[in-house]
Amino acid sequence: MSGANDPYDPKQVAALSADTLDAAVTAGVAAFDGAPDLEALAAVRPAHLGDRGPVLLARRELGALPPAARKDAGQRVNAARVALADAYAVRLAALEAERDERVLAQERVDVTLPFDRLPRGARHPLTSLQDRIADVFVGMGYEVAEGPELESEWLNFDALNTGPDHPARSLADTFFVAPEGSGLVLRTHTSPVQARTMLERTPPIYVVAPGRVYRTDELDATHTPVFHQVEGLAVDRGLTMAHLRGTLEALAKALFGEDARIRWRPHFFPFTEPSAEFDVFFPEHRDGPQWVEWGGCGMVNPRVLTACGIDPDVYSGFAFGMGIERALQFRHGVGDMRDIVEGDVRFTTVFGVEQ
Amino acid sequence: MRVPVSWLSEHVDLPAGTGVEELDTAFVRQGLEVEAVLRAPETTGPLVVGRVLEIEELTGFKKPIRYCQVDVGNEAPQGIVCGARNFAVDDLVVVALPGAVLPGDFAIAARTTYGHVSDGMICSSRELGVGEDHDGILVLGRGTDGPAPGTPAASVVGTDDVVFDLEVTTDRGYCMAIRGIAREVAGALGADWRDPAAATPPAWSGEPAWTVEVEDSRRCDRFSMIAMEGLDPTAPSPWWLRRRLAQSGIRSISLAVDVTNLVMVELGQPMHAFDRGAVRGPIVVRTARAGERLATLDGVDRALDADDLLITDSSGPIGLAGVMGGASTEISDGTTAVLLEAAHWEPTGIARGVRRHKLPSEAAKRFERGTDPDITVVAVARAAALLAEYGGASVVGGVVDGDTRAPRPQIALVPDRPSRTAGIPISTDQVVDALRIVGAVVELEGDRLLVTPPSWRPDLTDPADLVEEVVRAIGYDEIPAVLPIVPPGRGLTPTQRRRRSIGRALAEAGYVESPAYPFVGRAALETLGLPTEGLLTLRNPLSEEEPALRTSLLPGLLATLARNLGRGQRDLAVFEHGAVFPPGDGSVAPLPAVDRRPDDGTLAALLGAVPAQPWHVGVALAGNREPRGWWGPGRPAVWADAVQAARLVAAAAGVELTVRAGDRAPWHPGRCAELLVGETVVGHAGELHPRVCTALELPARTSVMELNVDELPGRPVAQGPSISAVPPVRMDAALVVAEDRPEADVRAALTAGAGELLEDLRLFDLYTGPQVGKGRRSLAYAFVFRAPDRTLTGEEAQAAFDAAVAAATEATGAVLRG
Repeated sequence: MSGANDPYDPKQVAALSADTLDAAVTAGVAAFDGAPDLEALAAVRPAHLGDRGPVLLARRELGALPPAARKDAGQRVNAARVALADAYAVRLAALEAERDERVLAQERVDVTLPFDRLPRGARHPLTSLQDRIADVFVGMGYEVAEGPELESEWLNFDALNTGPDHPARSLADTFFVAPEGSGLVLRTHTSPVQARTMLERTPPIYVVAPGRVYRTDELDATHTPVFHQVEGLAVDRGLTMAHLRGTLEALAKALFGEDARIRWRPHFFPFTEPSAEFDVFFPEHRDGPQWVEWGGCGMVNPRVLTACGIDPDVYSGFAFGMGIERALQFRHGVGDMRDIVEGDVRFTTVFGVEQ
Repeated sequence: MRVPVSWLSEHVDLPAGTGVEELDTAFVRQGLEVEAVLRAPETTGPLVVGRVLEIEELTGFKKPIRYCQVDVGNEAPQGIVCGARNFAVDDLVVVALPGAVLPGDFAIAARTTYGHVSDGMICSSRELGVGEDHDGILVLGRGTDGPAPGTPAASVVGTDDVVFDLEVTTDRGYCMAIRGIAREVAGALGADWRDPAAATPPAWSGEPAWTVEVEDSRRCDRFSMIAMEGLDPTAPSPWWLRRRLAQSGIRSISLAVDVTNLVMVELGQPMHAFDRGAVRGPIVVRTARAGERLATLDGVDRALDADDLLITDSSGPIGLAGVMGGASTEISDGTTAVLLEAAHWEPTGIARGVRRHKLPSEAAKRFERGTDPDITVVAVARAAALLAEYGGASVVGGVVDGDTRAPRPQIALVPDRPSRTAGIPISTDQVVDALRIVGAVVELEGDRLLVTPPSWRPDLTDPADLVEEVVRAIGYDEIPAVLPIVPPGRGLTPTQRRRRSIGRALAEAGYVESPAYPFVGRAALETLGLPTEGLLTLRNPLSEEEPALRTSLLPGLLATLARNLGRGQRDLAVFEHGAVFPPGDGSVAPLPAVDRRPDDGTLAALLGAVPAQPWHVGVALAGNREPRGWWGPGRPAVWADAVQAARLVAAAAGVELTVRAGDRAPWHPGRCAELLVGETVVGHAGELHPRVCTALELPARTSVMELNVDELPGRPVAQGPSISAVPPVRMDAALVVAEDRPEADVRAALTAGAGELLEDLRLFDLYTGPQVGKGRRSLAYAFVFRAPDRTLTGEEAQAAFDAAVAAATEATGAVLRG
């Protein structure tokens, strides 16, 4: 070590000389760049950037320099150290990138493999369609009313102006609960919900009632003894047939597209007067745009209002009903009714959960 | 109702250019649904009227053959060989000349047969496709009484006619006649028409030739009858009459019967012709007496009901009024004297008779819809005129006309009511015009209209009925679409939302919704060990094998499973949710009057007699719950999947479910979970009993769940937890317990013992084996402890952990594994 008062020239301290430092940097950079992989790089690092490396050793000499000389030499040492560290970092990044590329390439998988471990379920399209129709009406302000499938004969028939001798009230059309005279039937339509609603609520009434109904038909390609309807009922002051048409058109457009329309044909139902059957023009029909029979409707017969305790001189109402199976058949191009009712999962799964 | 256009146009002046399409539109507009448009099969080439000039009987063949000379309008007659024998010289027949092609691609050419050149063919109605009659050839008439020889035969025979088959709704009986249809078409097209019932009957003189007494004037308020004699029993029905009946779908029987049927179709008044020689003594119209029987025309001997209305003579019943005549007075091929009857019957009584005797005759179809009581005598006169013209019969004595009709009531109609109902402006003049077109008599009294509906419209009883007529006349298509202003609704009810959530949750979890018919039978119930007594049954089930209503979803679900398996599916998870039908209290639902709201007591009895129909949900699983794949083998569906489905349902409903071991058919006694909310059992889940699987040919280990959704309590409003951001302390414990100790007990004790610091507890391993000893098992739990407000110290967490283990030891004898 040099004495404090010795004239001290850093250029004379070999380790701090510019040439020495340049040589150390050149050697280090060469060693780093020459390292073929991360292990080799790690192995050569201490010799150049470690505590025993020439640059760090040179830095130790700085303390012995007179202040005047120290600054200049310090800058030189530091520049050398930064140059080495940079060279190391560049080489490290390059080697890591190389390694990553290699490893990720090895980890490559076949992303086309199926992974259907959880089987897909489905709601029955009859359910989804009923919900969808209910939602259209709920959006308009209607509420969803309900009634039992096993229903009193009075609500299924009498209250709906269908007297005891009406042909529909025969064993040939209606399922009657034993014993004879029980007064109970499996409802033949969702219309008793109309009567229940009018008996329970006071106008204004705006309800829809989707549900399951029964008639004594054998199952075939176009009939099923157990099927579904949606019933609608509105009772308020000043309701007209124009309101009925507007409501049906709104539903038709919601279900069958903006180009759907409604057509009426005069018809007869005991519980509505005037009555009509209605067709819907369905532009997306599988067999080309066409009119399809869909349901029945009309203005609530004042006699029905009276039987349910609503004054027909103050209130008027409209009612409509349509078959869900039928709508499903033409909306989705289902040819055979049996596919809808037999519970074959291959049929139902196609429809998924549906919104 | 079949309507030949040619018949219609006899009564309506159809505007020029009215084709099938225009008529179709008119029918639909009037509410007459067109079920079919029927056309005779096509005939091409020369088809003409011919007159038979000579008949040469050919002998020496296997069957008699005729060689005829027929005038077909040419200078020389046409020589034609014919095998039929039902015609004579001078008869007018239909001749297909060479070059004609009859239906069935039957080409006519001159050919040599039976030693003669046959230069065409004399046709039967069946060969022309206009009837079923093949007993002989079609005879159109005789001599000059018919179209001239050479006249094109298509329009004469009706091969160019179009027949509409219309569906007539039950309220409009008057459209079961050409008369009514003509009125509707004239109204729809604005055309002139002639009412065939507008004729005035002749003034028959003298005493009625028969005595008639109507005992039940409520069910028969008009009974008209006339006697005829001198009928030629061999006189055939003329071709035009047979053609009309054939087009109407009615078989030709004899002149007398055919005439009554023609009048029925033409005027809408069903008639009956009795063989006068077979009727004994005065005719009495009355209801049946105990033990009476009647052999009807269809050859059935029927026991009569006290409600049956009868035509009787001194021998007893000779006809079931308005439904079918009796065999004893049937027109025979020797009948020369007849009684022609036309009556007006009360419709609902006829309907009851039809149902009771299962006899839906053409007459009854009209009577039960309501006929026009004004035209009974007109009908009798029309039939009498036809029998006179074609059968040589003449009327004897005057007409019987028992007429006890009440005057038709007037209906008061406020003139703006149609407008208020339709939602479009309709003037009073329009209302009056429309009602008059319908046939009503309209008077203006003050500010209202007094409307007397026409006699043929018994369906018009209320102002609303008149409104429909007015709106129909104006056209339903005139009504615009206007959305009503609906007051705000409350959306779906909690129950409705819950049902949707449950269905959706199961579907999202891989279950396929498969609703089944709710009909069950004893065999299926017994197989499942479900109760077979006290079920609700149907009087008229579709299948006698399945007369009962389901009390469980399982029979349907398992049938669905079996059907899918039978169609080659292997891995199945299906669900259904819907109503089941446990028996009610057996009370009878009353049938109160409908002229007002039932009183509260009656209404309560009515609603109370309808049994509660709880909403159930059920699942069934077979095969793999998760399929095999490149990731490894499949995971078979097991009892635990069924239990998990129940938990899923409960979660969707926002309810916490507890589970304990149960024992209930049709489940495996050791693999049946009882599902509870609080202390209420809401359902069961697990593996099916092996015997059930065998009996139903289902795969072993098939698992099912069913629970009563209505038993799940309402969902409380969920409270948001405060979320702690401090780190948790995680600890694991393996506890050894007796093998038969339910895991739920251990978990409950651990949870209670750990106290509030326990955030999560998860069973992550289950071990049985030599390391824990026989009859014991090890349950490994992962605990997560966390405090809401501070980082837990190791000591705090350990204390909670120790307390949890101690509680488990205390409650279940669990021992911490070292």
